[in-house]
Amino acid sequence: MKKAMWAIFGGALLLYVVIVMAIAVGPAIDLAQTPPGPGVKPLTPLQAEGRQVFASNGCDYCHTEQVRPLPEDKVFGRPSAPGDFAYVTPEMLGSERTGPDLTNVGNAKPSDVWQYIHLYDPRAVEPASIMPNFKFLFRVVDKVPAGDTAVPVPPAFAPKHGYVIPTQKAKALVAYLLSLKQAPIPGYRMNGGMGGPTSAAAPAASAPATSASAGGYVFDAAKGKSLFEANCSACHQSTGEGIPTAFPPLVGNPAVEADDPTLQIETILHGAHGKVISGKRYSGTMTAFASQLNDTDIANIANYERSSWGNHAKHVTPAEVAAERAKGN
Amino acid sequence: MAVTAQALGASAMDPTRTGGDDRALASLFKAYTVSATFWLVFGTAVGLLLAFKFGAPDFWAEKYLTFGRLRPIHTNDVFYGWASIALVGCAYYVTVRSCGTQLYSILLARIGLWLFNIAAIAGTIALDLGYNWGDLEYREWPWPIRLVFLAALVVTVWNLLATIARRESKDIYLSNWYIVGGFLWTCVICVVAILPWYQKGLGQVAISGYFMHNAVGMWFTPLALGLFYYAIPKVLNRPIYSYALGVLAFWTNLVFYPMLGGHHFLFSPLPWWLQTTAIICSVGMLVPVLGGGANYLLTMRGRYHGRIESYPLAFLFVGVICYVFGSMQGTVEALRSMQAIWHFSDFTVGHSHFTMYGFVTFAAWGGIYALLPLATGKRPGSLGMSVHFWLALTGVAIYVIALSIGGTVQGLDWVHDKPFIQSVIDMKPYYLWRGVGGILMFLSHLVFVWNVWRMTAGKSGDAPSPIMESEEAAA
Repeated sequence: MKKAMWAIFGGALLLYVVIVMAIAVGPAIDLAQTPPGPGVKPLTPLQAEGRQVFASNGCDYCHTEQVRPLPEDKVFGRPSAPGDFAYVTPEMLGSERTGPDLTNVGNAKPSDVWQYIHLYDPRAVEPASIMPNFKFLFRVVDKVPAGDTAVPVPPAFAPKHGYVIPTQKAKALVAYLLSLKQAPIPGYRMNGGMGGPTSAAAPAASAPATSASAGGYVFDAAKGKSLFEANCSACHQSTGEGIPTAFPPLVGNPAVEADDPTLQIETILHGAHGKVISGKRYSGTMTAFASQLNDTDIANIANYERSSWGNHAKHVTPAEVAAERAKGN
Repeated sequence: MAVTAQALGASAMDPTRTGGDDRALASLFKAYTVSATFWLVFGTAVGLLLAFKFGAPDFWAEKYLTFGRLRPIHTNDVFYGWASIALVGCAYYVTVRSCGTQLYSILLARIGLWLFNIAAIAGTIALDLGYNWGDLEYREWPWPIRLVFLAALVVTVWNLLATIARRESKDIYLSNWYIVGGFLWTCVICVVAILPWYQKGLGQVAISGYFMHNAVGMWFTPLALGLFYYAIPKVLNRPIYSYALGVLAFWTNLVFYPMLGGHHFLFSPLPWWLQTTAIICSVGMLVPVLGGGANYLLTMRGRYHGRIESYPLAFLFVGVICYVFGSMQGTVEALRSMQAIWHFSDFTVGHSHFTMYGFVTFAAWGGIYALLPLATGKRPGSLGMSVHFWLALTGVAIYVIALSIGGTVQGLDWVHDKPFIQSVIDMKPYYLWRGVGGILMFLSHLVFVWNVWRMTAGKSGDAPSPIMESEEAAA
């Protein structure tokens, strides 16, 4: 009687332990020693505190931090490499994308001002967002304390009186978010989807460099709109109005309306920070898109800006973008 | 067949049998069911609030009510509060009765119930205060709290093994294989998930993949299947179709299930071989799923007309169907080509409700409706059971269908390189339908509270005995 009991339960337990060692614990011991990839650094104390805020509030139930070697994930960066996760404990890979992946959000949305406005009220920068607001990470004060800066929340979303000031937790969280930047690995990209990532150099066609022949270019308004929505409207807004004191408007913007597109193309390629435009100073930081968008994409975005919201300016060509790109930063 | 009849035992089949131990067992079963019912209502009230927040993100966005804190409270409380405690209560009854003996220790069982509840209460409070161990799915509770849960498992399996050791018959009935197996495996799962040495960087990702699916498939699945093996023959008053098929499903489940967790991290930087193994084992799961499912359905063969008259059987039937189809859906989802569309989308949330609700929760309800009246001698009302059944079934159907379609739309938006926000906008109607399904499900839980009241403390209802007439008598 006892014998049968031990045979069944002991056998089932033993077999399970063997499988678990082989499939979970063994690989984990090995993988825990994965060395950091080139350029992958541990978090600073402030960023680490921010990661704690991120985990406490369950951010990664809606945001993943892993880029798959699939075409649809290209928008978030290069495929994640094992070395990217050397300092990521607890792991933040996530399981669902109710919101976008954050692997590269420090590159995509490098402006702390944007991050603060978005955390205070996501609808202020993205009307269709369903992310909860994190107003509990901010204080509203009558007078801005020395050493602090008020968040320029658009009037429609700002409290009726007083200034919005980020708490220490908000500052830490934003420091963490801005630390999320992929270190470049030259030549590391997908090999066509189902076969996994590879370090072999990919064909030049998929590289975000000069690809379109200048001769055959026709402005694709639909493409321009969709690229603008994906890359630009978070800050400049789909109305082109921007956000006062943070992100400049594109409506009537001298760089967008000028016949000479140099400044506009240069700004899209290399980003900008702390600019004064038409006498007004803007505190936001703009992403550099040189490594993310090809010449045709940038021409389509520039032309969409030049022909929308009442703007009527001369169109640019990919060749002009290529020429500007060749000059370097 | 002889084994089955012998193991179930003539005395165990007699619902009118009374005695000191029976009263103690009944009060134990009652206590577990009442506890579990509390967590069902609490956990799904939180779930309903979460569903509402998808349409109204600024509603109750304060610190302690923010989405990201309530979300793990919902999943952990329905897992470790509701489904675990409900199935453990049933497991005590099944083990004691199928062994034809008395429980080894009522005191240990009561201590176990306290430990389960302490873990769930402390876990809920910790998560709401923002103390978690990272957002590691289903193991967010800080480790000391998960240690309390482990203690509850150890106490319970000790009690069950000691009870099985004093059984009257030579053989151990199949239900007990699944139940005790589930406890032993889950003890291993808890230990592996707590030990910190290898849980750094990618090492922790490997453990997350393992834990996420083993905590489901090596805990809830065996407990629910063990309950099926006892409750279905009991209600139908006939032996299980094939004992051997049940044994085959047991061992194949043990070989394939533990290895499939990696399919949560397909296309991640985890080693490619680990991901491929997970996919192969996900396909291998068809063997135990179809074998087990066929076994239950063949046991029910020829008695389908009785399904509607017998609500306990109807709940068990839905549980079996969702076990088979939910698991097969899981196999299809694990294929790389499908993952490329469905991974990270709400399709996965639909799948988890298909299985954890359609399968596990319906199984627990079926078990409680079939067995609790035998223990307490009190029955629910027929109307109460039918309202519960139809509300829950309609609700979960709407929920799963809405998120399956919505998740597919969402995934295709990404494949077609639309701006991300487009997938958020396209999900809006499906989030609304999910809320509608959720409301029906939650209402059914309130009806269940009423039914539990009648089976435990209240006035006995008009439902017929959960045990159907034998075929000879019916014919």
